[in-house]
Amino acid sequence: MATDYVIAKQVSKHFGHQQVLNQIDLTLPAGMIYGLIGPSGAGKTTLIKSILGMEVVDSGTVKVMDTVMPNRAVMAQVGYMAQSDALYETLTARENLTLFGQLLSVPKIKLAQMIDYAAGLVDLTSQLDKRVSGYSGGMKRRLSLAIALIQDPQLLILDEPTVGIDPELRQQIWTELNKLKDTGKSMLVTTHVMDEAERCDYLMLIRHGIALAEGTPAALKQQYAVDTIEQVFMKAGRMQDANDGNS
Amino acid sequence: MRTMAIVKRVFKQMLRDKRTLALMFLAPLLIMTLMYFLFQNNTTQVASLGVHHVDQSVVNVIDTKNVTIHHYDSSQARKMIKQHDLDGYLTQKNGQLTITYSNSDPTSTSLIKASLQSGLVKLKMKTLVTVTKKQRAALESQQAALKKLTAAQTQATVTKLKTAIAQAQARGDQATAEKLQKQLKQATATTSSSTQSAKATSYTTKSHYIYGSSDSTFFENFSPAFLGFFVFFFVFLISGVSLLNERTTGTLSRLLATPIRRSEIIMGYLIGYGGFAIVQTVLTVVFTIVVFKIHLVGSIWLVFLTNLLLALVALTLGIFISTFTNSEFQMIQFIPLIVVPQIFFAGLVPVDGMASWLQAIAHIMPLYYGANALTAVVTKGAGLGDIGVNLLILVGFMVVLTMLNIVGMKRYRKV
Repeated sequence: MATDYVIAKQVSKHFGHQQVLNQIDLTLPAGMIYGLIGPSGAGKTTLIKSILGMEVVDSGTVKVMDTVMPNRAVMAQVGYMAQSDALYETLTARENLTLFGQLLSVPKIKLAQMIDYAAGLVDLTSQLDKRVSGYSGGMKRRLSLAIALIQDPQLLILDEPTVGIDPELRQQIWTELNKLKDTGKSMLVTTHVMDEAERCDYLMLIRHGIALAEGTPAALKQQYAVDTIEQVFMKAGRMQDANDGNS
Repeated sequence: MRTMAIVKRVFKQMLRDKRTLALMFLAPLLIMTLMYFLFQNNTTQVASLGVHHVDQSVVNVIDTKNVTIHHYDSSQARKMIKQHDLDGYLTQKNGQLTITYSNSDPTSTSLIKASLQSGLVKLKMKTLVTVTKKQRAALESQQAALKKLTAAQTQATVTKLKTAIAQAQARGDQATAEKLQKQLKQATATTSSSTQSAKATSYTTKSHYIYGSSDSTFFENFSPAFLGFFVFFFVFLISGVSLLNERTTGTLSRLLATPIRRSEIIMGYLIGYGGFAIVQTVLTVVFTIVVFKIHLVGSIWLVFLTNLLLALVALTLGIFISTFTNSEFQMIQFIPLIVVPQIFFAGLVPVDGMASWLQAIAHIMPLYYGANALTAVVTKGAGLGDIGVNLLILVGFMVVLTMLNIVGMKRYRKV
């Protein structure tokens, strides 16, 4: 754990009058699964896009792999899975993987191998040459994850990766993510699912663009004196609302 | 490398979308075929003209292959035109001809007008000819009388001379006889002088066409402009909608989460859809030339080049316009706004005759330059030097729009 893959400092961002991110600090070292939890519209996706360099922040700095974002070249080192499945439906899964492999400059010899590896990981090997238009929602999600893995990146940014995936496969994917973590890769994961939050090494609770709380799942539960992350989340939310009411 | 990945993707997507392919390649052929038959026989229109109490001589000269005559018993032109669905009504009061046009179809009106005018001219000529004939007859009879008179005179002179010669010969005066002989010859020679009658010269016309031939039709004149229009229209629509889809499905945003340059995406689109535009152009041009035997005066390569540039402008314009839309339906809404007005400036109406502000509008329409160049090449055989300015302007349109598109993509990624 020599280096930090992501260092975000005092990141603020607003759209119009709405403050979407308010002075967020985030540090993601190598070999860690970092969970971002929070309700819809909390600013998770905006934070992710700021880290990727697709959004420009109003203030604060974001560094990925020791490079100030936005930076086009660094994007090749980040595997990204978007919240919505952005896939070419008329192409087959293999063609989708090939396209993104080429865009990420994966060498030709390595590409076929990486496609097999990524497809195997999400259990799509037998469906690789089927057109995506015939895929179920869960299959599309898995293909999106496979695309995020295509260039074997050190850093994975996954926006709600397990939505629409059945519990068994979800279990499998988490096992895989842990394996990847053991090879020194890091993951930044957003989720709604609280039992997934429990699997993360480190959590940040975001609500109304503010980092309410952060820490390991165990520490958070202890801090709020509750048994589950769900309860931590609700308690923290109530406290925030109470504070807003006072001020 | 990344551009080529985009190009390959565009090709694969298009080749799998059979309907779009059919639209792009077959629809222009279908419309061209329709137009060919619609505009082919443009001279067979016949106008119907009602007449009332008009001199038969006048009716005879108006009755041409373009006008059919119907005789009626009423002088109320307005009523008769409505009742019998006529294009015009002609009445006569003494020497005054009165014509009433229905004017619901300007072509019919002008047909009748032309027939009437030429008919009246013909009539005037006829009377002139009759007058001349009478004069000639009078002249000829005078001539004949004169001839008779001179003949009689000559006869008298000849007999007089002959007796004088005979007398001279009898006297043995050879010199006088010879002198008189000469006079005799002269006297007889004048009578045999030619009486050439003046013949009226009849004129025949022989036509030469600098461009095209006598069987040039509307279709032939307008087909180059339409060629350009189809390429423009279909490429605009297809490229615009496809980038729009890319935006609404999120794939554009996903693409931009890779290190691809914004310009590489645009270039990929230009090459990918440009390729299909080339196929479309070649297909349409070859079809019109081979099937409809369009007379192509200039170089076919210049036609291809112009169409390709036009397609690239349409491509960049389609992508540009799609940034302002959120659905395919909104993209369609831009067609009457952006595409349809261009056809008016493509040469169907001569731009030189337009109001100056309309001419100014024409000069911001890419199709104006493209169609002008195409028409010049196809019908006048213009070379690269003649249409070079037009092509450069098209390139200018393309470059500016491409720049705008590349900058416009900053909305989705800041670098």
